[in-house]
Amino acid sequence: MDLNQLKRRGPDEWHISPHGKMRVPGVIYASEDLIRDMDEKVYEQVSNVATLPGIVRASYAMPDAHWGYGFPIGGVAAFDPDLGGVVSAGGVGFDISCGVRALRTGLTVEDLQPVKELLAEALFHRIPAGVGSTGKVHLDRHEMDAMLAGGARWAVGKGYGTHEDLEFIEEQGCMAGAKPECVSDYAKKRQQDEMGTLGSGNHYLEVQQVVQVFDAAAASAFGFREGDLVVSIHCGSRGLGHQIGTEFLKRMAISAARYHIELPDRELASAPINSEVGQEYLGAMRAGINCALANRQIVTHLVRQVFADLLPQATLSLLYDVSHNTCKVEEHVVDGAPTRLFVHRKGATRAFGPGHPDIPPSFRSVGQPVLIGGTMGTASYVLVGTKESMSLAFGSACHGAGRSMSRHQALKQWHGRDVVKELAARGILIRSPSMRGVAEEAPGAYKDVSEVVDAADEANLAKKVARLEPLVCIKG
Amino acid sequence: MQRPRSETVQGNWEHFPHQADIGVRGIGATKEAAFERAAQALTAVITDPESVAPTQSVTIVCEAPDDELLLVDWLNALVYEMATRKMLFSRFNVHFNDHSLHATAWGEPIEVARHQPAVEVKGATYTELSVKQDERGRWVAQCVVDV
Repeated sequence: MDLNQLKRRGPDEWHISPHGKMRVPGVIYASEDLIRDMDEKVYEQVSNVATLPGIVRASYAMPDAHWGYGFPIGGVAAFDPDLGGVVSAGGVGFDISCGVRALRTGLTVEDLQPVKELLAEALFHRIPAGVGSTGKVHLDRHEMDAMLAGGARWAVGKGYGTHEDLEFIEEQGCMAGAKPECVSDYAKKRQQDEMGTLGSGNHYLEVQQVVQVFDAAAASAFGFREGDLVVSIHCGSRGLGHQIGTEFLKRMAISAARYHIELPDRELASAPINSEVGQEYLGAMRAGINCALANRQIVTHLVRQVFADLLPQATLSLLYDVSHNTCKVEEHVVDGAPTRLFVHRKGATRAFGPGHPDIPPSFRSVGQPVLIGGTMGTASYVLVGTKESMSLAFGSACHGAGRSMSRHQALKQWHGRDVVKELAARGILIRSPSMRGVAEEAPGAYKDVSEVVDAADEANLAKKVARLEPLVCIKG
Repeated sequence: MQRPRSETVQGNWEHFPHQADIGVRGIGATKEAAFERAAQALTAVITDPESVAPTQSVTIVCEAPDDELLLVDWLNALVYEMATRKMLFSRFNVHFNDHSLHATAWGEPIEVARHQPAVEVKGATYTELSVKQDERGRWVAQCVVDV
């Protein structure tokens, strides 16, 4: 990105002055190196989001921002319904409520070594992953609607996990305001066989080791320390969410003219929050969030079964579950007054600071855990929300490394088998049904996650707590 | 697999880069051919289309107010059929009737070991979306797909 078109407001804060039809400025949080490497399209997309009706304060991009659809991936924008604000299907994306969940195991890396290969095989066989895979949970019409209304709470009621889990999931495991009746039969059919599946692409299930703790107090509150073994799950709302996104994107792209919304890019498809389409989308999208929460809950159950078989001394307790493709109603201070806003996070993680009432009581004094997924060859991070973050980008931080190379290029550069071999030599076991998929997800195709996390830390979006490195990775 | 095929009377397909995902492009002498080749490019995101035997057929009908939205609808209809039938498709026959598209797609049930599917497509997007004739009079139909 050309730095000349930006105003630097801090070491990691860059502003785009309103121009053209922008209603508010654009703000990108990133180091100078990261911003130089960012695609010019991020500038264009941040500026485009700033033209949408009812946008409040600014159109934001996180340090891992890259060229997305309509919104940049790593984009955050909040809209005020009383100012004609919109909700955007493009601003949430296809994989509604895609997110990361981390589980403590009560084990250390020494406990893993004797059964590492066995565990990798068992996880690979028990957790459905990849194109065409199906889960063992099949829902009839009635149960599908109950799942869409209840989320992880429904899953726990069905015996997948415990009530204690719910406390450590955003929205306590159940997104309020879901309307299963706004979800089409097509979307429900697409989900019929996909409950408890991982998906493909950048989704994964990893067994990780806590290799470094940066903030001992936060790590202690979150219940882990150096050397601990953690399980991380990255997946979303599967076919149901993709279908909701597809259908409402079209409806909103067509209805935008009727609502006098000028779309600089059709992918920014939006509708007024206070409109029939807007309300139906919110009902369906919230059902999509519940689907993702239920899905991660079922996958968690499968992981616990595998650990019970191979490492019966393990106790898999939920550290936290974050979603990074959502639109949520939140109260934020705007011009000194608490205001109810519809906050879109597209490839961005909620990062509420200490004291926020939506954080579980046991973490409330330190802030929300912010789970950042890395690649299968590098690292993931746990961060913690800050007080300042609430006034920066509505309590948001980055969500992952972000690709630096297209799948196309990655496939030319690497062979899946070589990637698996190289990682095995470093002690990282990869299991995947597709070697082409592994090549496209090669660690080298991603930005340096540490640089992204350092920028988020320096900008005070969230502070680093720990670095986690993969030991076993199941890829779809 | 990512490079354009040699051009035939039926046209050709190619992929174009997008940072997070991948673009699909169909090129043909007619709009129908361009849509058929774009569908082949979609399959190529997942697997080599030549590995997919065209043994079973599925009928697809969609409607949209313009050619571009129709392309997205067509690709999304295929995404839906692939997801719900657990199939892959390699041969396509497309006809237009005003703003509606009538098509047959031929393919076979997915076999993970043989097809080595790289990634599932979540949906076709409006990013880099266009359906138009180029300076040589060929129809080009393209968009980015989210994977």
